[in-house]
Amino acid sequence: MTIKATFDEMMGPGGAGEGGYAEGPVRDAYGAVRHWLDAMSQRQVSAKRKEAETLFRRMGITFLVYGTGESTERLIPFDIIPRVITADEWTMIENGCLQRVRAINAFLSDIYHDQEIIAAGRIPSADVYANPRYRPEMIGIDIPGNTYIHITGIDLVRTAEREFYVLEDNLRNPSGVSYMLENREVMMRLFPQLFADNSIAPVNDYPANLLRNLQAVAPPGISRPTVALLTPGIFNSAYFEHVFLADEMGIELVEGQDLFVLDDQVFMRTTHGPVRVDVIYRRIDDNYLDPLAFIPDSLLGVPGLLSAYRAGGVTLANAIGTGVADDKAMYIHVPEMIRFYLGEEPILANVRTHDLRHADECAYVLDHLGELVVKEVGGAGGYGMLVGPAASRDEIECYRARILDDPANFIAQPTLALSTCPTFVDAGIAPRHVDLRPFVLSGTTQTVVPGGLTRVALGEGSLVVNTSQGGGTKDTWVLRDGAGAP
Amino acid sequence: MTVLSRSADHLYWMARQVERAENTARILEVSNRMALLPSGGTQGGASGSEWHAVLQITGGAQGFHDRFSGTTAEAVTRYMTLDPENPSSIYSTVRAARENARAERVALTTEMWEALNSTWLEIDALTPARLASRGHRNFFDWIKERSHLFRGTAIATMLRDERYHFLRLGTFIERADNTARILDVKYHVLLPHGVEVGSAIDYMQWGALLRSVSAYRTYYHAYKEPIAPAHVADMLIFNDAFPRSLHGCVDDVLELLGFIGGPRGAEARRLAGELHARLHFGKTESVFKQGLHEFLTDFITDNNALSKEIQSAYLVAE
Repeated sequence: MTIKATFDEMMGPGGAGEGGYAEGPVRDAYGAVRHWLDAMSQRQVSAKRKEAETLFRRMGITFLVYGTGESTERLIPFDIIPRVITADEWTMIENGCLQRVRAINAFLSDIYHDQEIIAAGRIPSADVYANPRYRPEMIGIDIPGNTYIHITGIDLVRTAEREFYVLEDNLRNPSGVSYMLENREVMMRLFPQLFADNSIAPVNDYPANLLRNLQAVAPPGISRPTVALLTPGIFNSAYFEHVFLADEMGIELVEGQDLFVLDDQVFMRTTHGPVRVDVIYRRIDDNYLDPLAFIPDSLLGVPGLLSAYRAGGVTLANAIGTGVADDKAMYIHVPEMIRFYLGEEPILANVRTHDLRHADECAYVLDHLGELVVKEVGGAGGYGMLVGPAASRDEIECYRARILDDPANFIAQPTLALSTCPTFVDAGIAPRHVDLRPFVLSGTTQTVVPGGLTRVALGEGSLVVNTSQGGGTKDTWVLRDGAGAP
Repeated sequence: MTVLSRSADHLYWMARQVERAENTARILEVSNRMALLPSGGTQGGASGSEWHAVLQITGGAQGFHDRFSGTTAEAVTRYMTLDPENPSSIYSTVRAARENARAERVALTTEMWEALNSTWLEIDALTPARLASRGHRNFFDWIKERSHLFRGTAIATMLRDERYHFLRLGTFIERADNTARILDVKYHVLLPHGVEVGSAIDYMQWGALLRSVSAYRTYYHAYKEPIAPAHVADMLIFNDAFPRSLHGCVDDVLELLGFIGGPRGAEARRLAGELHARLHFGKTESVFKQGLHEFLTDFITDNNALSKEIQSAYLVAE
């Protein structure tokens, strides 16, 4: 299999080419960026990059990296060249994301109630019931607004002018939105003129929208709901984000030890005694939420929380049991969900995915490991995946042994030619691969914040954008209608 | 409005640690000044009672002697400023304050967080050599400034809710403790040498002490007389117009406990009231009769008991 030429978001289908970014026509969307880059001297660029780093460090926007002995506080590298999306492109992305979220929410409601999609034979029952993230505890439970996935992060990649693919749907605790907001904050501080000269859709109403949605799903009969964000604590890699969001929304940031359950209601321990909590935006996985129901020795959760939730005494966002729809084996069925529940064709395409539970697919994958990307079905964060074209022979053989050991735990996808964006590197400006995670909020209304988090793989040729693997981020602009060339 | 117990606990301790860092700088500054006086310990190979005093009043003597042999100005200064292994060094105190702040980012305004975080980043990048070339006095001034900045941003930007009250409570409980300890330096420095009361040295030592609590000029405004031990003690203990005096601090503590209120705080309010009565109705003469050191020791013990009661009433989740 040959990988077709990389699409560069500034230069177009030919990529950045020999002349780099200095010469040749740019796509309309990037007219202003080219103009801005041309006007900046080398010295200004390094001064601004330094200033950006200082700002991030001073704001304390750090990220904990696990696995290198002691976990360390690190800055996520920020690239000052924005990534630009036109109004037209955005309409497609937005509609595609909304469509997916509507279908997946309908699916979750269905499999925890009537299970029509299974009865209709559109999804094999084993794919649902045998999934470790399927929660029988949720069967028959009605939740406020029938909303399961209040917050979704959908990972997209681009391969051509009008070609976007969904890589995965993050339905459990998608993170990264704080970086999106702070990236914009820093860019507006560093380059106010850019924002004055261009019509760029604002993103800063995200926390307000999130709070409104969370308040809207409070248990019935509560006029002024108390909302809290439940964090695993200061050692969690996304702790900065938990603090940031709680702060922006003006809600309590609680840990498991701050909460207790009494008569199927949840209370927090305050200086003047217990105060009831109505809605919990939890940033803890299902397994750790309630030691009485799930992992018994977890100290992160709240004993009795599941029982309170099932009784309707508290609302959790996202709901328990959404993980069943975000693993990589269920991903294969999302286009079918869209057709079944909405009667529509998917706006955004899935990546062709090999399900290794099928012997013929497995055989094909084992024959083509050097060309494919292989992932664990329940994996996340870029851990434990194989990027065939970038792997050594040894790494491939090692991975082969893991697959043979438990093929059902893996899926494989072709290596996509991810689009590139101009990015500052040591040697100047060079093309680097990017992806995009737009965030979808659901409650009384559904919204997609215009933009999302652009992650950039900083190594030359690297396709792994995960922040836990050394990826960086960029500010992501969605141009308003009619905007584009200056 | 109530606040999470854990959150109030973080804020209370964060304020105490910031205040403590500032006061450690003040204690080191007064010792520096005293050491420069003619009878000071750095001269002629004398034992350096100022530096013993620093270790005594900050409670760091044991840890110091486990690691260092001579109580020299250099060793004590290094131990009390940048030593990461000394839990009461300025470095460790700032680190602890910043850790509490990190856990409590939600309750802090951006300005407060940035004030504290950039202090931490700067002190974390300092080495003893760089500190020495910058000058110790400049470093102490810088620490005081950063503490003022942090407090100032809190006062200027924080919502006046219970979080603010617990933060301020931490400030005043710690400040009262530290003023008492600073005043006690004089006792520790005096005793071994037996400096004659009323001598020039005695006078200069009281002067150094006043400077360290930013009260040298203020003293003349308030008392309009040359420095006299009774006045200095009066100013630092009983003068409620002076914001670092024990009386001034306990006034604030009492008021804050009233704002916080609730049945849980009854015992804390009683203890604070008792302490307040002692300062409100006390007299300098009786302090000197009882012994300044004894009076201060009692105060530190009772102030500490009050802090413990505040914690068990409000800050420890049950």
